[in-house]
Amino acid sequence: MTVAAEGSPPLRMTRARRNALLRSEPVQGFALISPTFLYALILLVLPIMVVIAHSFWTQHYLTIDRTFTLENYRVALTEPIYRDLLWRSLYISLTVSLFTVVLAYPIAYFISFHGGRHKSLWLFLITIPFWTSYLLRVMSWKVILGYNGVLNSGLMGLGIIDEPSTALLYNSSAVIITLTHAWAAFAILPIFVSLEKVDRTLVEAATDLGDGPLRSFLRVTLPLSAPGIISAALIVMIPTVGDYVTPKLVGGKDGVMIANAIQAQFGKAANWPLGAALSVTTMLIVSLMAGATVLIIRTLQRMAR
Amino acid sequence: MPEQPRIERPHADRIQSERPMIEIRNVTRSYGAFKALDDASLTIREGEFFSLLGPSGCGKTTLLRMIAGFDNPTSGSIAVGGQSMEGIPANRRPTNMVFQSYAIFPHLNVEQNVAYGLKRLKLQGGEEKRRVEEALGQVSLTGLGKRLATELSGGQRQRVALGRALVMRPKVLLLDEPLSALDKKLREQMQVELRRLQQAVGITFVLVTHDQYEALAMSDRIAVMFGGKIAQVASPKEIYQRPVNRQVADFLGGMNFVKAEIVEENGASLIVDTLGFGRIKTDKPKAFVRNGGAATLGIRPERLRVLWDNATAKFEVAGKVVERHYFGEITHLIVEIPGLEKPLSVTETNDFGADDIPVGTPIRLAYDPEALVAMAD
Repeated sequence: MTVAAEGSPPLRMTRARRNALLRSEPVQGFALISPTFLYALILLVLPIMVVIAHSFWTQHYLTIDRTFTLENYRVALTEPIYRDLLWRSLYISLTVSLFTVVLAYPIAYFISFHGGRHKSLWLFLITIPFWTSYLLRVMSWKVILGYNGVLNSGLMGLGIIDEPSTALLYNSSAVIITLTHAWAAFAILPIFVSLEKVDRTLVEAATDLGDGPLRSFLRVTLPLSAPGIISAALIVMIPTVGDYVTPKLVGGKDGVMIANAIQAQFGKAANWPLGAALSVTTMLIVSLMAGATVLIIRTLQRMAR
Repeated sequence: MPEQPRIERPHADRIQSERPMIEIRNVTRSYGAFKALDDASLTIREGEFFSLLGPSGCGKTTLLRMIAGFDNPTSGSIAVGGQSMEGIPANRRPTNMVFQSYAIFPHLNVEQNVAYGLKRLKLQGGEEKRRVEEALGQVSLTGLGKRLATELSGGQRQRVALGRALVMRPKVLLLDEPLSALDKKLREQMQVELRRLQQAVGITFVLVTHDQYEALAMSDRIAVMFGGKIAQVASPKEIYQRPVNRQVADFLGGMNFVKAEIVEENGASLIVDTLGFGRIKTDKPKAFVRNGGAATLGIRPERLRVLWDNATAKFEVAGKVVERHYFGEITHLIVEIPGLEKPLSVTETNDFGADDIPVGTPIRLAYDPEALVAMAD
């Protein structure tokens, strides 16, 4: 743009139009989200496209054969080992989200309804475990559940068992226990937020209309906090299916999950297409399961009326 | 009041039971050193439309919540229908409440909201549906049963809250500032409707409000409260015309206060000397406590009338218009009277041109000595 051109009528008009464009709300909105959007596009959408593409190809040692094939999906869905791993992953993630939500709800309820002036303090205390790394928290469960661990020595000291139990560590229960603890804060927070939004007068109104404490909780507080329960369940469920650190550290042979198999295909086994097919299959099934969870909670909420 | 025609308000002749429905005895509610309610005693009669009127923080809502069972007296007792409410939780009291925020369950539709309290009763053979329909009819919501709470206007939400409480057939319906969230026009319409509804169902209504017009328009009796204490309990007319003290008088609307010297006190009447109004004989208030020789008289602005041209009245004062405020159907005139420390406020209808009186005009005002009432400071 030259100095001479500035101030000429047509340019002024385009500038005015450009300013109007910059001031329009949708444009401002897109401008605000564009860095994140580009970031997600490059680092999330593109890799997923690459994974999806690979799942239809075949690998011969170091070369990829780009002929379309469904063979990888056939293996992923019919090979007993992958089917079992997938089922186990889904079972673990469902159990973990159920336990986490059930254990987190009373805590969130307590903070929201009885936290008084100390709500922020309580929330702060809940985040304390997160000051250490996730790996350390998983490792500390090893210390608790291990052969010479805290739990075994404690039980032996009390004379409840004679020799250390090996049933505590290196199985799917250990994975469930560890993950339930690891996700606790992620479940407490959304439930807390949704409970905070429940108008206390509504509980009073239910009481006024004859409901005792339990009944008013089941008919008013619980259904109205359903959005928090749904998000807590999803926040826990979705990453759990794909977790491979926890099973690797505390899962042992019986605690291996689908993500460990996927990791193996991309690593040692060097079969990227099969790994990709397993990933895509898992993603689809997790989406279905998440959708089903939302539907089930919504139905329960309606039944509470 | 001889110049006033004797036309009773339509509900004044309704046979009203003298039986007490709510008995509040020496109720105090303290929060630490602060007393939200201080030794309040009150009897509300069966079938009565009773209002608790006062500024915010006067304890009226605290009292209502204690009747409902959401709060408990620090000392004193509350009985509803002859039964002591001590130790009875809110969900087992024969009262139902219309909340200020309406507290409509957002996850339920209108019908489900109204049926909420009935569900627990497990009524047989379509009785629940019948009662819900009846309640919806009472609050003019027939046909809106399937609407969600979020799809309702403020007035409709208020009706749902009302229907939801009425369907329980409580002995007492408690209303916590139910009209304060509505706009002026809708509020006035709902006042009339609430009053009609109360007469139709015959349930005792206890209304909490800070709006004196609302209380005056709807109630059979009003309790005016200040600072946790009940200042006066009487009919709207009595409260408006014969307030016991300046605070009550002020809260119920404009009042001109005139200082007076007591000349004679006998039986039911007082004879006082005032600077502007001369010697006046007035009714002695029921609980009149003589405080030396001084007394306060009050006269409502609308009880002073402008005397036009050469018209005369038996009792009149002369002064000068110093301010004029136009309010559509009425005009407020501020009139300076020689001898009175504060100018008088006069409300005159605009039929005769009060809105055209220029500031500075000498003016004469007619009054009825009976409209000058003695009250405590």
